Amino acid sequence: MSGELLEVDHVTKSFAIGGLFGRGRFNAVDDVSFTLHANNPEILAIIGESGSGKTTLARMVLNASQPTSGAIRFRGEPLRQARGRRRRLEFIRQIQPILQNPYEAFNPLKRVDRYLYASAAHLAGARSQKARDEAADAALQKVGLSLAEVKGRFPHELSGGQLQRAAIARALISSPSLIVADEPVSMVDASLRMSIVSLFRRLHDDLKVSILYITHDLATAYTISDRVIIMQKGKVVETGPAREVLTHPQHPYSKLLKESVLSPDDVGKGRLTAERVGAAPEQAQTGK
Amino acid sequence: MTPRSDRDGAAIEGPRAAPERAPALSVDRLRAYYMTHYFGVEREVRAVDDISLVVNRNEIYGLAGESSSGKTTFLKTIAAAIRPPLTVIGGDVRYSFLDRDIYALSPAELSAIRWKHLSYITQGSMNVLNPVRRVRQSFIDFAFRHMNLSRRAFFPAVERHLQQLHLAANVLDAYPHELSGGMKQRVTIALATICRPEFIIADEPTTALDVIVQKDVLAMIRNAQQAIGSSILFVTHDMTVHANIADRLGVMYAGRLVEEAPTADIFHKPMHPYTAHLVGSLPKIGETARQEALSGSPPNLADPPAGCRFHPRCPLAMDICRQASPALTTLAPGRRVACYAASPLVQASEPAESAPDAALRTRTAGARR
Repeated sequence: MSGELLEVDHVTKSFAIGGLFGRGRFNAVDDVSFTLHANNPEILAIIGESGSGKTTLARMVLNASQPTSGAIRFRGEPLRQARGRRRRLEFIRQIQPILQNPYEAFNPLKRVDRYLYASAAHLAGARSQKARDEAADAALQKVGLSLAEVKGRFPHELSGGQLQRAAIARALISSPSLIVADEPVSMVDASLRMSIVSLFRRLHDDLKVSILYITHDLATAYTISDRVIIMQKGKVVETGPAREVLTHPQHPYSKLLKESVLSPDDVGKGRLTAERVGAAPEQAQTGK
Repeated sequence: MTPRSDRDGAAIEGPRAAPERAPALSVDRLRAYYMTHYFGVEREVRAVDDISLVVNRNEIYGLAGESSSGKTTFLKTIAAAIRPPLTVIGGDVRYSFLDRDIYALSPAELSAIRWKHLSYITQGSMNVLNPVRRVRQSFIDFAFRHMNLSRRAFFPAVERHLQQLHLAANVLDAYPHELSGGMKQRVTIALATICRPEFIIADEPTTALDVIVQKDVLAMIRNAQQAIGSSILFVTHDMTVHANIADRLGVMYAGRLVEEAPTADIFHKPMHPYTAHLVGSLPKIGETARQEALSGSPPNLADPPAGCRFHPRCPLAMDICRQASPALTTLAPGRRVACYAASPLVQASEPAESAPDAALRTRTAGARR
């Protein structure tokens, strides 16, 4: 397979805001384009603060919502056409999500292995229970767990790091070519964060899977990603190779982001100057 | 910002007799367990086990540790916000504004000191702000009776206070869902600081915020703390936040305090292997080396490992670590470590008294609201 894996072509998503009077449109994602190549898998980080449209973009890539204008093509085929059970299953097999909070992603009343078995049955064609066990175990081994550790356990019986790794294993069962990870480590303890992030890097290196890594954490993005896109208020403000962009940001917003990263090097100096405050006090958007 | 080294070493074990020199908070051998008995099976989860620490006046004391290390239980316990099955088994919690142990107070006395002397910034600001009431109502609920102001004078005072946190007056008429996460968090900071309390407990106040807002909120917490001269116990698992805000830092592991030192010392020369791991595993811009994760997972506090609770994951574990629990030992002024490998001075801790006596249980029951 050659050519483009994922092509995001001038995509805009707008929402209606306001009440009966003064209705307006709000562009959550505004004219965003990027491409992932099939024969060169990479980790693309999308960085931005809350409200910059990162998750809206991820939802459109996962075909969970439709862009207002523009098109997203996966292996040359527009996502709009991935309709019907067979084509949707084929699509889901190729693109898998990993969500922010593993405790919310899994139903607390269901055992974690059920998700693994369901993925194996529907997406990997494992018909017998033995085949499902094998598929689940193989995926769990890739993330440093085993089926024996997970089998029969409820989400609250696993630690946050284990559960997030189980979620990654579930995504790997169908051997996807693209993983969309929406803030996968922001709910995970700082001490476990690096182990999950390094796991992404290893999956990319070993399994040749492309990863769309959505985050507001510049430090982990620097550590694992090949290319970054920095978004502000729905627009792409800067893009390029990760190391270059994050070492020498050009756009003022990228610079602000970089300066806002708290560094352990500042220990004890307490260099806490609020960047954006000091100007006009912030108003509540009460819609009046 | 001026360095605070002048305060750091001073009077950490100061005399408790002189009330004006007394630390803002002193906790002595505090133990709080979750006691459950279902179907005849008794379980005690030792979430806070034998913690002693002192928070000085006008200082930000950072408490670090991973999830399930007992940080939030510790905060609940020192705020006397105790509900079954959480039970205080032993220990004292003394504040500078109280003449006795906080558990000796009646519910009415407790509610009189809450928000006025002791306030709490919670992790999810939605836990404090009532989603169906305007922010103005929350201010009336929390602060009005403590401020001794007429209604006419109260709201201008609130607006002036909000101004310091860079919030406009129309925030008062908004519902919580109309505010962004950073604004909500600043409203809770405003609520927590408006009565100028002597002591503020902050439980992961920036964890749900993105980097830019996080930095603003931290700066505001710091400014508010300096303006009213209160002490803050600041809890988060994010070591980079601690590096930037805390004056002194305590590290918790599995319900115990394992190391305590001024922040710079923790980062530059950590003595406990767990602290060293926390500090060493921080991602930095400009570094791409892969870091090793700790093997294993945090212990089950219902059945903690014998000896040092960190030994199953510790790279330096020795025979003694499996047998006896190390005491938190003062190795230098302001520096306490509980690790045999750190210094030969560290001895085994004396076992805490065994069964909880009935008197303690009734005492905590009285303090409950």
